[in-house]
Amino acid sequence: MFAHPFMQHAFLAGTAVALAAGLVGYFLVLRAQVFTADALSHVAFTGALAALAAGLDARVGLFAMTILIALGMGGLSRRARPDDVVIGGVFAWVLGLGVFFLTLYTTTRSGSGNGSASVTVLFGSIFGLSGSRAAVTAAIAVAITAALLTIARPLLFASIDEDVAAAAGVPVRLLGYGFLVLVGGTAAEATQVVGALLILGLLAAPAGAAARLTTRPLPGLALSAAIAVASVWIGLTASYLIPRMPPSFAILAVATLTYLATIAASRLPRHPTSKARTSHQDAPARAPA
Amino acid sequence: MTGVFSWNLIADIRDMWSVAFMVNAFRAGTIVAVLAALVGWFMVLRRQSFAGHTLAVVGFPGAAAAVWAGLGVAYGYFGFCLAAALVIAALPQRGNRGYTEQSAVIGTVQAFALAAGMLFIALYGGFLGGTSALLFGSFLGITQSQVLILALAAVATLVVLALIGRPLLFASIDTDVARAHGLPTRALGTAFLLLLGATAAEVSQITGALLVFALLVLPPATAQLLTARPAASLTLSVALALVTVWVALFVAYYSPYPIGFWLTTIAFGLYVLAYAAVAGRARLGTRATHPIAAGA
Repeated sequence: MFAHPFMQHAFLAGTAVALAAGLVGYFLVLRAQVFTADALSHVAFTGALAALAAGLDARVGLFAMTILIALGMGGLSRRARPDDVVIGGVFAWVLGLGVFFLTLYTTTRSGSGNGSASVTVLFGSIFGLSGSRAAVTAAIAVAITAALLTIARPLLFASIDEDVAAAAGVPVRLLGYGFLVLVGGTAAEATQVVGALLILGLLAAPAGAAARLTTRPLPGLALSAAIAVASVWIGLTASYLIPRMPPSFAILAVATLTYLATIAASRLPRHPTSKARTSHQDAPARAPA
Repeated sequence: MTGVFSWNLIADIRDMWSVAFMVNAFRAGTIVAVLAALVGWFMVLRRQSFAGHTLAVVGFPGAAAAVWAGLGVAYGYFGFCLAAALVIAALPQRGNRGYTEQSAVIGTVQAFALAAGMLFIALYGGFLGGTSALLFGSFLGITQSQVLILALAAVATLVVLALIGRPLLFASIDTDVARAHGLPTRALGTAFLLLLGATAAEVSQITGALLVFALLVLPPATAQLLTARPAASLTLSVALALVTVWVALFVAYYSPYPIGFWLTTIAFGLYVLAYAAVAGRARLGTRATHPIAAGA
């Protein structure tokens, strides 16, 4: 399998992106900001098409657009934690712009009116990466990983208890912005590998599974990255063995099944305690009535 | 799309409505706008935009699977959207504090659904033009029978919404107190997700899976920005959605750019205007006299 250069490139880029996505995703789940990542991945789509329509390299548009919008969404909200409605509004409009650029691109640039450019951007083309692109992708992913690990400790504090962290002198707002930039970078980065629409799976599923398996943050962070990398490896191998299966599907199927398995596993034995917890929760709510 | 624009608007509208498919597009657009504005209002109130977007996106694999299996596209939309609504309702939420868990679950459902859509398209043999239409929709080529089905499904959804509307409003505003009063909040939440799924399925047949969201979130968000009273806000939401859809259809007919772009741009423009108006009014000092309106 590794005799083919395209498989080597796919593994190199895929591993690096999965590492970054697993780490960033864990914080997203912890901060309940998965929707932000969803929005930013769609922004990546618009950015890529805007750059293509302007005749630039798609990557310029990807990074510029995601990071700008990430900062913009942070600016519109309290403590750089975008609100549900702000995200939804911005993101619906950005998608509409994406369609606009798609029309512009297909009618002015590519000549033929087919949507293959948009499909590549939306669903990724991991087997189509050249050697140099794979290397650049890997380098950026490693940079994102390093940046995230540098701010991991204060970010963790700020994510778990924002008010206490702010009181302790942690720059909560700045961290929020920094984190949004990293999310934007990851979304832009991963768009080339699994596609704008599917990156969400690599961000959410491994992190969700890790959060179910352990409540301790640092092992959880490591576990999330490990599950993401393993999903990419297994997915790539599977789609190499079964040529009709798109690699993006294989990768996400592995990640989703892992998450489902952890939910099932943690549900069965703990059923009585979880019931006890809900009734405990009901108690204060019933008291005033 | 095809029309030649003149500044005589009445003549323009007459010209546009002389084309049968544009008449059908206006009918379908009106149905879809009313439905999306009402269901979306509750979605925004309940802060379930992410779930709404996911259910909308699930329509895409549904349609792809139906095409692959040789069934009608509508079956795929409704089947997958309703199934996804049940999945999201069934997977763990872990009470109020467990919202983190739910966002991970929803994200996974969404990504997996999209990946499955990709697989169905690969199995079908990769007809790329069709993919774009599924994702971005088209208002053109809507038939009379489609409009009829849309209307029936919309009426059914709205009847259910009207029946559970009052308890749902209560449960959305204060879940704990509603539960204390004996309301089945969990069942209401599931029922609402199903309604949201049906709406998404319905709307995505017209706007495409990726753009449903604009109609679901923007007019209700704008309306809730402007007034906090439920009845006024719901009415305003419907009015805004209707204006958005009608203007978008009109402009799209006379311009080379797709309906999705106009739809989202007009809806977002209205939202930004409302935001600026509310912020401006608050800054002018009327906040002291109208604390609720400014806070909304």
